[in-house]
Amino acid sequence: MRGARFLAVLLGALGAATTAHAEPYVVVQDGIPKPIAAERGDPGRGRAIVANRSVGLCLLCHSGPIPEERFQGNLAPSLAGAGSRSSESQLRLRIVDAARINPDTIMPPYFRTDGLRNVAQPFVGKTILTAQQVEDVVAYLVTLKD
Amino acid sequence: MTSRAAIALLIAAFAASYALAQGSDDKRRSGYQDMGEALQKMQDDDSANPGMLFVQLGRQLWDKKAGSADKACADCHAIAVMKGVAARYPAIPQGADTPIDLEGRINLCRTEQQRGAPFPPEDQELLALEAWVAYQSRGEPIAPPDDPRLAPFRAQGEALFRLRRGQLDLSCAICHDDNAGKKLAGATIPQGHPNGYPVYRLEWQTLGSLKRRLRNCLFGIRAETPAWSAPDYVALELYLMQRARGLPIEVPAVRP
Repeated sequence: MRGARFLAVLLGALGAATTAHAEPYVVVQDGIPKPIAAERGDPGRGRAIVANRSVGLCLLCHSGPIPEERFQGNLAPSLAGAGSRSSESQLRLRIVDAARINPDTIMPPYFRTDGLRNVAQPFVGKTILTAQQVEDVVAYLVTLKD
Repeated sequence: MTSRAAIALLIAAFAASYALAQGSDDKRRSGYQDMGEALQKMQDDDSANPGMLFVQLGRQLWDKKAGSADKACADCHAIAVMKGVAARYPAIPQGADTPIDLEGRINLCRTEQQRGAPFPPEDQELLALEAWVAYQSRGEPIAPPDDPRLAPFRAQGEALFRLRRGQLDLSCAICHDDNAGKKLAGATIPQGHPNGYPVYRLEWQTLGSLKRRLRNCLFGIRAETPAWSAPDYVALELYLMQRARGLPIEVPAVRP
């Protein structure tokens, strides 16, 4: 009986850990200097995320040096040269929560779940990208030098 | 009038009204002006416009008796009287205090006059009847009524239009006011005017309502879609009609 209760508490704690906020991060000035995932970002995976219209969604608004994707957006600056214009730290914050830099930005918050309204049920409490996916995208974007 | 002459007249009518709209500082554009020439031709040619099939179906349903009262729409209304109706809806029906859209009006007649079951959302017969009614206003400028009771609902609609929502944290206004004309994944973002509904949308391969279109956008930004019967849609439509005041009704419009 005691064992069962202990197990329930343990499972509850685990459940809370998976549904609660994603990994914490520290904003320093206009960036997040430290990676937010344990594993190092992979530029190849990052490129695939950026190119994928239902994962990264990036090319809906941005264009980028991904010639095989023909239909790209122009609501936002081209991703070409992103690694020259911004540091890795700046890129990370822009993806995690661009509203921290510009409250009026139209860029979705890729790694924030609070402060959102009327989120569709399947996405409630979920970030657009996982911490690892954020790191992969950052790793790709820093390679985009003009 | 031959169909060719009718098409020429329609094109001239749209062109004239759009020229008028753009003669001043008015930068409003119908979605018609943002689509390719092939689609414009499809819309303009009644023999190629797939929405016309629904209009024809609506014409038949208009005369068909229905419900336990065994009454047809035509038993109460001469169709000619429907001219201009779609250009001024949503409106508050007699004896009520909240606005309804054209589909709501049709369903009200359905239940109260014909004594039949209301049509479910996106029902083909409902859309066909709506298309037949709205077709009577083709070319008419959108002219919302001056009913002061509509003002709070319209204001609510504008607030909804500007509300950021969903996992992507976007509002209608961000795309359709601030970024209209730009490319979203290669497709031109239209200003989002409601002057063609119900529209034949190629993506749907059928006729659909403004509600369905609004729900598509909400789905896209990963936001909750209010129930089909929610007052939010009527409020939004009231605001959109005000915003599109003067643009011509294009039913049945064709859109990508």
